[in-house]
Amino acid sequence: MGDFTAQELTAIFVMQGFSGLSLFCVFLLMALGLAIIFGQMGVINMAHGEFLTLGAYITYLVSYQAAEWGATALTWYFPVAIVAAFIGTFALGYLVERFMIRYLYNRPLDTLLATWGLGLILQQVFRSIFGPREKTVTMPDWLLGSYRATDMIDIPLNGLFILVITLVLTLALFALLYRSRWGIKVRATTQNRGMANAAGINTDRVDRMTFALGCGIAGVAGAAFTTIASTGPTTGSLYIVDTFLVVVFGGAASLLGTVVSAFGIAQSQSILSFFWSGSMAKVFTLLTVVVILMLRPQGLFASKVRR
Amino acid sequence: MQRLTKAFGGTSGLIQIAVIAAILMIVLPATTEIFRLNLFGKYLTYAFVAVGLVLCWGYGGILSLGQGVFFGLGGYCMAMFLKLEASTPEATKIQTTPGIPDFMDWNQLTELPWFWEPFHSFAFTVFAVVAVPAFFAWLIGYAMFKRRVGGVYFAIITQAIAVILTILIVGQQGYTGGINGITDLRTLLGWDIRTDGAKYVLYYACCIALLLCLLAGKFIINSRFGRLLIAMRDQEDRVRFSGYDVANMKVFVFVMASVFAAIGGAFFTLQVGFMSPTFIGAVASIEMVVFCAVGGRLSVVGAACGAFIVSWAKTSLSDSFPQIWPVVMGALFIGVVMFFPRGLAGLVSDYGSKLMPGRKSRSKPSTHKPDTASRSAAGTTPQEPA
Amino acid sequence: MSNAMILEVEDLGVSFDGFKAIDALNFYVERNELRVVIGPNGAGKTTLLDLICGKTRATSGKIKFKNKDLTKLSEHQIVHAGVGRKFQTPSIYENLTVRQNLELSSPGGRTVLSSLFFRRTARLNDRIQEIAETIYLVDELDLSAGLLSHGQKQWLEIGMLLIQDPELLMLDEPVAGMSVPEREATAALLNRIKENRAVIVIEHDMDFVKDIGRKVTVLHQGKILAEGPMEKVQSDERVIEVYLGH
Repeated sequence: MGDFTAQELTAIFVMQGFSGLSLFCVFLLMALGLAIIFGQMGVINMAHGEFLTLGAYITYLVSYQAAEWGATALTWYFPVAIVAAFIGTFALGYLVERFMIRYLYNRPLDTLLATWGLGLILQQVFRSIFGPREKTVTMPDWLLGSYRATDMIDIPLNGLFILVITLVLTLALFALLYRSRWGIKVRATTQNRGMANAAGINTDRVDRMTFALGCGIAGVAGAAFTTIASTGPTTGSLYIVDTFLVVVFGGAASLLGTVVSAFGIAQSQSILSFFWSGSMAKVFTLLTVVVILMLRPQGLFASKVRR
Repeated sequence: MQRLTKAFGGTSGLIQIAVIAAILMIVLPATTEIFRLNLFGKYLTYAFVAVGLVLCWGYGGILSLGQGVFFGLGGYCMAMFLKLEASTPEATKIQTTPGIPDFMDWNQLTELPWFWEPFHSFAFTVFAVVAVPAFFAWLIGYAMFKRRVGGVYFAIITQAIAVILTILIVGQQGYTGGINGITDLRTLLGWDIRTDGAKYVLYYACCIALLLCLLAGKFIINSRFGRLLIAMRDQEDRVRFSGYDVANMKVFVFVMASVFAAIGGAFFTLQVGFMSPTFIGAVASIEMVVFCAVGGRLSVVGAACGAFIVSWAKTSLSDSFPQIWPVVMGALFIGVVMFFPRGLAGLVSDYGSKLMPGRKSRSKPSTHKPDTASRSAAGTTPQEPA
Repeated sequence: MSNAMILEVEDLGVSFDGFKAIDALNFYVERNELRVVIGPNGAGKTTLLDLICGKTRATSGKIKFKNKDLTKLSEHQIVHAGVGRKFQTPSIYENLTVRQNLELSSPGGRTVLSSLFFRRTARLNDRIQEIAETIYLVDELDLSAGLLSHGQKQWLEIGMLLIQDPELLMLDEPVAGMSVPEREATAALLNRIKENRAVIVIEHDMDFVKDIGRKVTVLHQGKILAEGPMEKVQSDERVIEVYLGH
């Protein structure tokens, strides 16, 4: 490290740190949906990555349509795309819960296998419709360019934008889960199904909405994802293993834990990859997480319960 | 004699194995040419993994999504030996450093890495094929089961390990051959493994090893240990408070499963002639679980057949209809999990008992497992479909 | 004193996130004694059994069983030392037969290797038969345990403990959910099996307690409120207050 001046090092850390932030956003966006589905419902959704991909493809379709309509449409299509992505993935999630997941609630390992099968089918459907080549959305003008903080530090605007979306979505989810009536119902259902039922909560409905919401969030994540990378049929599945580690590492039922662990994993991977090769950085980071999980299986944030 | 039969699941169990043996060793070689038989031999190597998964997952309730790791470790150990044998100084004299494997030379390595050295010895290699994966499985199992990590957490962590190992092997090209794997393997102790004659011998060796694994699997399932596996799957605490060290039992069955997988991996390398990270990763590992689930997670013979049939179907379908295969595979998986949790073996035994109403169907343990994850309530959803 | 007592619990404490479930508890059980532990919900009864059998680890204090400190042993070692414990909800292996349930609980074949090469001896068969008679399940020996009635499951779990021949037997609400005839049969069962061993029973059902109990311990908020013969405890004012207050 002796070859770098202090100023250069700072710049490297800031820039690597910022590219780590982009990775953090992807992890967290995906993990938020999983944290609800896995953390709150105990369902392992291996097709979660495909929901993200679906959201990204919907965004692509909207941008494609907007490009036909002209420059004004192209400037403002993004909010529409987010809503469309949410609705599309929410609907698919609703159907999947209705026709598949709900028959498997008592068999978590089987859910894992069945949703993996679902993911495989979805990937092939994407490939048939959109082709194996990656698709890139046309970006609105206001997302192009970058913000020059100093001579050496250059921060791309789309990176800032996805950061904002991630933060807004996270806060909204916090509010929904811990401040709204619906959140109370979800948590009641998770903690004591029988009692929740007796208290007049329609637990079937809560399950379905929770699962669909988790998928919807993945859809929004997919829309945001298109601003920093292109979309292919297997885009989402590339991150699924990492994301599960993020959720488990954070402590499955803790949303705050998910945020912290997504940040930690993304940053260490990104900063290490400057000094080592990218693959070694990833190996080292994931290995550390696995070893920590072996020593502390309950994850970073876990509440003690009298058993 | 009768006692001996009983230890392997009674006469019907031995008949099953005899039928399999006859099909594999007489019918198939008599009816297929060597090219195809060699492919069959490749499919059979996945059957080893499936047998291990029956013990570990079907009976023990421990789902490992990282069996590819052990398959791969076994395969790589064998491949390292064969590669060294193929890299004699004479054969590699055009390299900058003759006598080391070609991919090392391409990656500017000038001497053999230390962990390659012992693989000059065949005896060590045979030992390592079993011992290296067994040690890794012991390490993972011991760390996790002693801390009572199980269920979905175990599945996720083993899957992560498969991903890590794949990235590591792909990233360290100079030491591992990278994404291409270890290729261009020629001889085993001077005997050319690429000839038709050698392929026949290797096919038969693979069959015999598989039959021995099937017998071992049957023996384990029908022992007190096998019943303990079911007991642990259903009521882990009761087993613990009946004086058993549950973690030790789980470590053992996980190590057994990994050893079976590793033997399969070694035969894969021998018959196919190369080993690459594709067979280690998360996707390969989960496909192995599909094989086992389709064949029947509670039947060693069923799971072995499942591995054979599904990988055969995969090869033929993905060659002629590459778009359809993933959909078929996915649908197969959803269908089996939702409607036939006992897989092909379950279908056969149900159908069999309908044909022969006089014969009392032996009570098979159902696949219904009590909850292993956070979801604690009995649930409002229907139980497993009949 | 050590010789007369099979179990000595001294200054035992455990807390969950600051909540003291058991607080500085002293508790002694003699050899060949049948002790009933009662108390309102949340008094720490089940936690006490959890601590003795090693399911929960004590924050402070000692648990001595035959002068051996149990707090340092792992669960299976505690079983080997001679402590058997029945859970509140019947935990049996529903996918195995009654005979297999009993066989798996018998000592011997407890390590990986010995269980792989374990063979049922004639003596074990006799023992299984004998236990089955004691727990009224002779006719159900080859039935899948999942098909038993709730009461029969409770008996089976008791049988699974008996086959280990423990010196201290701990039963958590053995008659919960039983019909009146089943309850009477269970009382008879307990009176038979308490020979040659110490038994601790947690129970809510006062009539049942009267049928089996001589000495009763009342727990409240992790502490012992009263101890003594049933009649004396029942007239204790503090006990009455605790029970009526809830």
